[in-house]
Amino acid sequence: MKFVTLAAAAALALSISGANADPVKVGMITTLSGGGAGLGIDVRDGFMLAVKQAGNEDLEVVIEDDQQKPDIAVQLADKMIQSDKVDVLTGIIWSNLAMAVVPAATAQGKFYLSPNAGPSALAGKGCHPNYFNVAWQNDNLHEAAGAYANFEGLKNSFLLAPNYPAGQDALTGYKRMYQGGLAGEIYTKLGQTDYAAEIAQIRASGADSVYFFLPGGMGISFLKQYKDSGVDLPVIGPAFSFDQGILQAVGDAALGVKNTSQWSKDIDNPVNKAFVESFQAEYGRLPSLYASQGFDTANLLLSAMAKADVKDADAFRAALEEADFKSTRGNFKFGPNHHPIQDIYVREVIKEGDVYTNKIIGKALTSHADAYWSECSM
Amino acid sequence: MSLILLIEQVLNGLQFGIMLFLMAAGLTLIFGVMGLINLAHGSLYMIGAFCAAAVAAATGSFMLGLVAALAGAAIAGALVELVVIRRLYAKDHLDQVLATFALILIFSEGTRWIFGSFPLFLDVPQFLSGPVTLPGGIQYPLYRLTLIVVGLAVALGLWLLISRTRLGVQIRAGENDREMIAALGIDIARLYTVVFALGAALAGLAGALVGAIQSVQVGMGEPVLILAFVVIVIGGIGSIKGALVGAILVGLTDTLGGIFLPELLKLFLDPSTATSIGSSLASMAIYILMAAVLILRPAGLFGARA
Repeated sequence: MKFVTLAAAAALALSISGANADPVKVGMITTLSGGGAGLGIDVRDGFMLAVKQAGNEDLEVVIEDDQQKPDIAVQLADKMIQSDKVDVLTGIIWSNLAMAVVPAATAQGKFYLSPNAGPSALAGKGCHPNYFNVAWQNDNLHEAAGAYANFEGLKNSFLLAPNYPAGQDALTGYKRMYQGGLAGEIYTKLGQTDYAAEIAQIRASGADSVYFFLPGGMGISFLKQYKDSGVDLPVIGPAFSFDQGILQAVGDAALGVKNTSQWSKDIDNPVNKAFVESFQAEYGRLPSLYASQGFDTANLLLSAMAKADVKDADAFRAALEEADFKSTRGNFKFGPNHHPIQDIYVREVIKEGDVYTNKIIGKALTSHADAYWSECSM
Repeated sequence: MSLILLIEQVLNGLQFGIMLFLMAAGLTLIFGVMGLINLAHGSLYMIGAFCAAAVAAATGSFMLGLVAALAGAAIAGALVELVVIRRLYAKDHLDQVLATFALILIFSEGTRWIFGSFPLFLDVPQFLSGPVTLPGGIQYPLYRLTLIVVGLAVALGLWLLISRTRLGVQIRAGENDREMIAALGIDIARLYTVVFALGAALAGLAGALVGAIQSVQVGMGEPVLILAFVVIVIGGIGSIKGALVGAILVGLTDTLGGIFLPELLKLFLDPSTATSIGSSLASMAIYILMAAVLILRPAGLFGARA
């Protein structure tokens, strides 16, 4: 008897869900443990804040931790696609993980919305109609830093980045805009924590400035050691080395440093103000750029869900392309390769009361697109 | 490549090696005396750093932080020995690896639960910050010089402890014949707890000292743990002297390899290829060193057992 009731209930449930638009199932693969966890947690919290605010019951999110390991990320993607039957994947922080997951997922007809990693390989020849990057192409913030270095009149930069896809994109991006000479260029190990040897080389190189891309804990280590070494050349970096999560751990060593970002908590628009306030109220800390990217990614998805059914891939893709949502960055639109065209700001690290944070001091690039869109044909 | 840069890099390599020694000494001591492979040694390093950061933030004193790191790691080590490790001595190495790997996960998530996912702040104390000028006009951070001195002092202390004290006699006896020293009426269980706590305290000290110039975050111990294993394999498992020599060899190889290999390749490759191949080769250098040592001396440089 029980079986009959269950079957009846199941049939009823099926008929009800069939009457509405299909629900959307999102698989979020992100880094929630280990040294890079701060980034993934911010993306997740930003994303879930938008989901909560929307209160859309047709949206279901499955979240898993990739431990910053490509093999785990691939396993999770397979599991989410095959057994959880997700429609959309998102969440990956690191470019090497994105390269392992995204091409296979989009080839299976799933949508991938990147809240962070934007390797050049996926923006140019490897672009895909179902791949959207809501954050930036990896080179973007570095290009802005190069432009800012020209503005400051720097002539002899020393460059430092980890040896992985985003590190190579970083230095390529900086050199694309920067017009001065190079005092040196070093690729360090990914996850390296001691930079004494590199700092000694910087000291000996006769450089007039240092440009470094060292996200997460790597940047904390570098800045503390740099301050202690007595080398006092000006440093510039992308926002990744100065995000809200790590500034408190760096302390005074970061004060006054200029960095480039597509987002800052003081971008003056009502959406951003509301986002910063509600994020603080929900989680008790200031949001970072990663949190804003997660928030925007969720809102992009929700805007597309309001316009089209996810099972109708062409209509859903067209709805995503319109990017008809209120971004924390103000105006937001996609270029032809589904990467953002956006303004990039220069920020300075300041101290507000007891809290280290960033303040916008100018705009480095306006309506900037990435350098690879012309190679993309879709 | 100037002489000043070279000397500075040698100092960097030395400092890196000395810090590795603090980790490797505890690891090799524990393996030598108890025959136990302790993968959770990196977690004790992390516990030291977190204790130091928390206490330094609360009291404003780095020295109190160091004391807390030593005490915290030693207590954690003793507890782990009493609760978990004690059951593993009779088991084979695979069970030990499995259980201590589980400990890594428990410690990492436990630390995240208490302190959150974002890195903590721990800075070099005021009186040790900034560079000093060495003879020859070399500018070198005072804190790193202090690390070298502290590390060498600990090495000397360990040597005195092991060669001149009653505890040292017991440790050496324990390495040679466990059953016999138990038969001689020495409380072997207590000895094991003490040795484990001592090893843990050394790891905690290393974590706190290094935490001040790096990032105090969950998972900071595992990369160091791998290097510490390389060190004790090179030095010979169970030998403190081997750990010291191995640590300095690894520190110098890693630091100098990272500088000279790209420079060397630039002689016959274009700069960007040389940099990328050079840095890839440099990250392999210590493993190549390990392989070479194992080919020439399968038991390691100072290893007693083959």
